[in-house]
Amino acid sequence: MNRRAFFRVSAAAAGGVLVSMYFDLPPLAQEKAAITYPPDAFVHVRPDGRIVITINRCELGQGVATALSMILADEMDAAWSQVVAELAPAADIYKDPVYGFQNTGGSATIANSFRQYRELGARTRAMLIATAADRWHVSPADCRAATSIVHGPAGQLARYGELADDAARRAIPAKVALKTASEFRIIGKPTRRLDSRAKCDGSQKFGIDLQLPGMLIAVVARPPVFGGRVKAFDDHEARAVPGIRDVFEIPLVHGSGIAVVADRFWTAKQARDRLKIDWDLSGIEHADSSELSKRYKDLARTAGKVAVNTGDATALDRVAMENRIVAEYEFPYLAHTPMEPLNATVRFDGDRAEAWVGSQFPTYDRAAVADVLALKPEQVDFHIEFAGGGFGRRQSFDSNVSREAAAIAKRMRGTPVKLIWTREDDVQGGYYRPMFVHRVEAGIGDDGLPVAWRHVVVGQSYVIGSPFESFLVKNGVDFDAVTGTADMPYSVPNVNITVHHPKVNVPASQWRSIGSTHNAFVVETLIDELATHANADPIAYRLKLLKPEAQRLRAALALLEQKSGWRNNLPPGHALGIACNQYQGTAVATAAEVSVENKRARIHRVTVALHCGLAVNPLSIESQFQGGIIFGLTQIVAKGAITLKNGRVEQRNFDGFAPPYIGDAPVTIDVHIVPSDEAPTGAGEPPVPVIAPAAVNALFRLTGTRYRTLPLVAAL
Amino acid sequence: MKAFHLRVNGERKSVTVDPSTPLLWVLREELHMTGTKYGCGIGACGACAVHLGGLATRSCLVPVSLIGDRDVVTIEAMSHDAVGRIVQNAWVDKDVVQCGYCQSGQIMSVVALLKSNRAPSDTNIEESLGGNLCRCGTYVRIREAVKSAATKLA
Repeated sequence: MNRRAFFRVSAAAAGGVLVSMYFDLPPLAQEKAAITYPPDAFVHVRPDGRIVITINRCELGQGVATALSMILADEMDAAWSQVVAELAPAADIYKDPVYGFQNTGGSATIANSFRQYRELGARTRAMLIATAADRWHVSPADCRAATSIVHGPAGQLARYGELADDAARRAIPAKVALKTASEFRIIGKPTRRLDSRAKCDGSQKFGIDLQLPGMLIAVVARPPVFGGRVKAFDDHEARAVPGIRDVFEIPLVHGSGIAVVADRFWTAKQARDRLKIDWDLSGIEHADSSELSKRYKDLARTAGKVAVNTGDATALDRVAMENRIVAEYEFPYLAHTPMEPLNATVRFDGDRAEAWVGSQFPTYDRAAVADVLALKPEQVDFHIEFAGGGFGRRQSFDSNVSREAAAIAKRMRGTPVKLIWTREDDVQGGYYRPMFVHRVEAGIGDDGLPVAWRHVVVGQSYVIGSPFESFLVKNGVDFDAVTGTADMPYSVPNVNITVHHPKVNVPASQWRSIGSTHNAFVVETLIDELATHANADPIAYRLKLLKPEAQRLRAALALLEQKSGWRNNLPPGHALGIACNQYQGTAVATAAEVSVENKRARIHRVTVALHCGLAVNPLSIESQFQGGIIFGLTQIVAKGAITLKNGRVEQRNFDGFAPPYIGDAPVTIDVHIVPSDEAPTGAGEPPVPVIAPAAVNALFRLTGTRYRTLPLVAAL
Repeated sequence: MKAFHLRVNGERKSVTVDPSTPLLWVLREELHMTGTKYGCGIGACGACAVHLGGLATRSCLVPVSLIGDRDVVTIEAMSHDAVGRIVQNAWVDKDVVQCGYCQSGQIMSVVALLKSNRAPSDTNIEESLGGNLCRCGTYVRIREAVKSAATKLA
């Protein structure tokens, strides 16, 4: 397929049904339109045989560029060695086929685009076969394809590269047969990443590496308290730094700031350090973690808005006090800190603009750039760059980074400007996983199983007031805040879960595995307490308590039991912790071997068993689970917290907010996948929630203490 | 502004910059060698690791004025370095990278380690890579790849 065909089809699509999906309905509420995706927009077979597959997601490290290419290449019968992946720009055709907007989040890529990319591959293959069949005057049914070659009935051969131009002129077949699982040759095979070599020799370009002719660099001085505004500023010394091009105030989503634009980053940063800014901090809440903790704990003693109420809400009151566990949990704000600092490049040309962003949220980021520049989204050419990690931070609901870059570009008309957030800007810049307090009262029956579960969750909702409120908020309860609790997999006859969403002046956002980061911790440590109380094996207790429909979790726990034989032969001073959780359809069970070393938890070994339906790329799933377990350790490492005092964030950089380093990580994480042909679900977020509860459950066995406040700040 | 004459990956380079400019930003913005990454600017993440006079060094902390005549070697030279190539191949073979942003720094630290110690223990690996942050958490595969590269060098 050639680029001309691509533009023709894209133009047709832009004028058709897709354009009407743009913003005129609340996101996610749209009916799934039956769209035939044009292969031309997704596959480009070059004359040299190279097959360029367009990826409708951002590659953040999670391996989607490889996995989606595998899916399409398999149905296309392409030679894998000839496949190249390219990231799509923002365009209607690249919207998530289920969500109706373009994004990379919710571990949804494989779940939502599996069928889409298979159909694209199958259609491309059918068009190539039909082209060859026409050339040979034979029936397509008598031809077959393998490794980028069409074979005819009389031994004819035609390479895909020779057929592509003619194939692109054919009508797209409406219906194509997809392979059965036994016919897959690439899907299901452990496959190395397509982007490895470029990421090992320094040649992979990320958004921050973008170089354009005449490009300038911007940094922004932000208010010390969220929402603060510039009252006055003195830029005399800043402008004296050689290489400074401009200094000016810009609006921020929360308050205002001063942008410094220069030839170079170092120059801009030095000039920013020389600014004298008088901030107006009046009339804004100065959030304070210890005050929030008190306020949240008070709120947790009162019922909130009802998320779940099954059975009899008063059943707990009939359980004797000695048969109740009452537990209070506290979780801090958490920063995402992807390794590539946040950045966005925008050039404004008056009636058009061009943007380059490692965006998890192109539909909204593009619309935000357009909004700032008083353009329509289609007047913004929005390129999606490879991103050095995201973890949700590149998917803020208010597109704050893109908005800032657009505001700077507006002033610097005609010049591309790359906005770079320093690491300090990132650590102190908000959009954190919100702080949460939970209070749970569990009543235990005569059989040792829970009979009543009363649970209050307290924490900010970043969904309320966002474009996603109508979809994710019901009866005042933010679904993101109760993920992992409201959908608890255990059978408890009487459950009452209520929620308070206090408003706090700290911008918050989605953090890899959202609500499960705290909810799974509460559920899985409390289940462990119940199992201990019942003197039961933690795996057997969970299997007994799982709801009948929790089939994937059941299978994952059974596989874990089989693969973690080491747990019965632990060295002295080491203990076992178990936890499990299901997130976005993927079930995860884990066993952690933990000791206390230098008064800190040391995790020696982790075994993970998971059920994600069909495993598209088992190698990538293994990597995601190893990495996701380590990402989850962010929650328990000593410096794994963002705290505020009098409105100011107390951490500045990786010295104060320190995610896990290699010395904090287990040496071994072995990953086992439940074999399955079911529809595939995601692997990016599901591993994250289980490790903190598993580790803390093991620590209880070593110290006799239940750790319910994260991170584990105090020495053990 | 002042002129500085550097030797980077064996080539002579001249730049005119403020003497306080860290080597990191000279590489990235003056020489357009973007394989060396900015991660924190305070020497706490290792994404900017290069070899300076043969030693693994945080390029975000070294002002260009302090480099003198020491050789600067970056990730861009590793494909042509005997140990560097073996480490890169081990990284690809073990499918180490995820987002990849920290991996230039990881590889530069590992090459420096293996040039001084061809049979590193887990403790040696933790010491040499202890300050190289990977947010994707590729540490398990990094350990495997280091050991695999060490075997090839033995």
